Amino acid sequence: MVSINQYLVLSAILFTLGVSGVLIRRNAIIVLMCIELMLNAVNLTFVAFARQHGQLDGHVVVFFVMAVAAAEAAVGLALVMALFRHKATVNLDQANLLKG
Amino acid sequence: MDYIDVLILLIKAVFVLAFLLQLLPLLIWGERKGAAYIQDRPGPNRADIFGIRLAGMVHTLTDVVKLLFKEDLTPKQVYQPFYKLAPMISMTVALITFIVVPFADDLVIAGKTIPLQMAQLNSGMLYVLAIGSLGVYGIMLAGWSSNNKYALIGGIRASAQMVSYEIPMSLAVAVMFLYFGSAQLDVIVRGQGANPLGWGFFSIPGFIAFIMFATASFAETNRLPFDLPEGESELVAGYHVEYSAVKFAMFFMAEYVNMIVAAGIIVTLFFGGYQIPFLSTTTLTSHAPLITKVAFLGGAAGMAALVVVAIRKYRPGHFGDSRDLEPLVVAGLLVGGALASVGLALIPDYTNPTMASIAGALLQFSIFTAKVLFFCWVFIWVRWTLPRFRYDQLMRLGWNYMLPIGFVNLFIAGVHVVLFPNGILNRLGLL
Amino acid sequence: MFQQLAFYSLATLAIVAGLFVISGKNPISCAIALVVTLGSVAGLFVLLDAHFIATIQILVYAGAIMVLFVFVIMLLNLHPDEMGPPQISPLKMVGCALAGAGSILLMLKFVKVGGQFPAVPPEYGTIEAVSIKLFTDYLIPFEVISILLTTAVVGAVVVGKRDL
Repeated sequence: MVSINQYLVLSAILFTLGVSGVLIRRNAIIVLMCIELMLNAVNLTFVAFARQHGQLDGHVVVFFVMAVAAAEAAVGLALVMALFRHKATVNLDQANLLKG
Repeated sequence: MDYIDVLILLIKAVFVLAFLLQLLPLLIWGERKGAAYIQDRPGPNRADIFGIRLAGMVHTLTDVVKLLFKEDLTPKQVYQPFYKLAPMISMTVALITFIVVPFADDLVIAGKTIPLQMAQLNSGMLYVLAIGSLGVYGIMLAGWSSNNKYALIGGIRASAQMVSYEIPMSLAVAVMFLYFGSAQLDVIVRGQGANPLGWGFFSIPGFIAFIMFATASFAETNRLPFDLPEGESELVAGYHVEYSAVKFAMFFMAEYVNMIVAAGIIVTLFFGGYQIPFLSTTTLTSHAPLITKVAFLGGAAGMAALVVVAIRKYRPGHFGDSRDLEPLVVAGLLVGGALASVGLALIPDYTNPTMASIAGALLQFSIFTAKVLFFCWVFIWVRWTLPRFRYDQLMRLGWNYMLPIGFVNLFIAGVHVVLFPNGILNRLGLL
Repeated sequence: MFQQLAFYSLATLAIVAGLFVISGKNPISCAIALVVTLGSVAGLFVLLDAHFIATIQILVYAGAIMVLFVFVIMLLNLHPDEMGPPQISPLKMVGCALAGAGSILLMLKFVKVGGQFPAVPPEYGTIEAVSIKLFTDYLIPFEVISILLTTAVVGAVVVGKRDL
């Protein structure tokens, strides 16, 4: 029988994958995608807990998280496009003009 | 779920697939003949099977055979995984959209109520919108993986167009959610009732929503006047330029299946779905013997009239080959159909509630099919009448005109629902 | 039994696709792998009786956000990562491993109840129930979210413009 522990471990694994992606990959768009992966792991946790307690607050929070994720993806991609226009690359290691 | 339920589900699945895939050759024939007659020319009329030409219907079969046996080449420069995946995505997404559409009211067989809708999802229409938005991936992946400038431009334009027109579509659908109080398509169809005054299009916000939804479906299915992604004279066939044989056939079929699905959704939301005008389901099942006799005998009479017409067209020796026999073959088929109709009218016992329910469901299903075919014909008609939109005109229409109209429409519909909360006539603004 | 089968297959699919996301060479491969992950998470939502949220996940995440990602990747015409293999320093490896172990331990220690999910009424997770909650208890966050989305739209247009 599937209990909440399995869902929590799965979302922990997905979150870890997202964090590793953000640390390892240097392509700005892929980093944004890994952020979306982390947000999804968090959504899964919220919905699992909501089901455990039989309440719908978790669902409402997931709704808001999705709206925020959409907004953040849009602004992030606009930033990536502006970066690409200036430096013709989306490699984050080369976006170092402010580096000391 | 015992195994009778599973069996019923499988039968419904096969039925939905059969419905979509059997209407497909009819639509392809209709498109070609319709295009021809609109352009004042006879259209395809040459291919035959042993002399039977069927006014060009055999051409569809020959097309299928040609596409199946053509060499399925894969160019070297394409990105193989997505090149092969894209037509599959297009076709799958087009086919699974239709599972929430109700074909007829609930069937009552031996006391067991079977809803004639393959999946009674709670978020019925939202599911359609969600799966429709997945259809963009097929086109984008096809455009990108072809490694071809024209295909890439076609893919980018298609994705931008489809995403932009999802919003007016959702706003139009939201008006219908407001009026019927639910997102489930069977609740919406039942709420429309049998009286055509209660159907979705018969109120001002509902009518504007219908126009917006129809226009947005043209854009979503990439049909003219919005077919810039596959513009034949502009982009050398756009996103499917590198595809041949079966993969192209899948894109081709996916476009027509999308058209049938869009017509089906328009009919369900705005034109009463399976409701026969002025004959509600209870009327149908309670007066089943009379109504079925009238319907089937009327059908038989119509077919008999067509038999007379066909026999009068028989001119022996006119063509000098087996084409002369075609009117006779058609007359023979029609005689068979008329006899079957008469048999269906007289033999079964329609006072039995099971048979009455089945007869009512059959009649409702036929009128659903007739409405869907009518709207598919409207799609075909518009395609061969209007010129193509330019890309910036298309984007301007979607964002500058349809979006504000959609918002204002939704607002008016909201005010309407709050002021007149009950019944059919409230949607007309009366009482 | 069917639940277990569905859960484990969807979970495996999500994890495998997640691995493809972080290790794919082609940006579009990563994007499609992420769409597969989102689809499997939507399936998991259905298993958790969250039908409205599952549909919204496909509609918003897989159908709009990821389309935007693929659109930008196609527009910028990014080639497969020509930056060579990612330089994974030992520090990063240790960091990721610690993050993984830490999150799993946190999850396992945090929840003491390990039993089955309680039964829920059939209206759980339907559109009506979630929207009642949304428009009564969470009305103010709802309005704030709309302001946030407007701000995001304006911001994205301004940042992405070629010349202000």
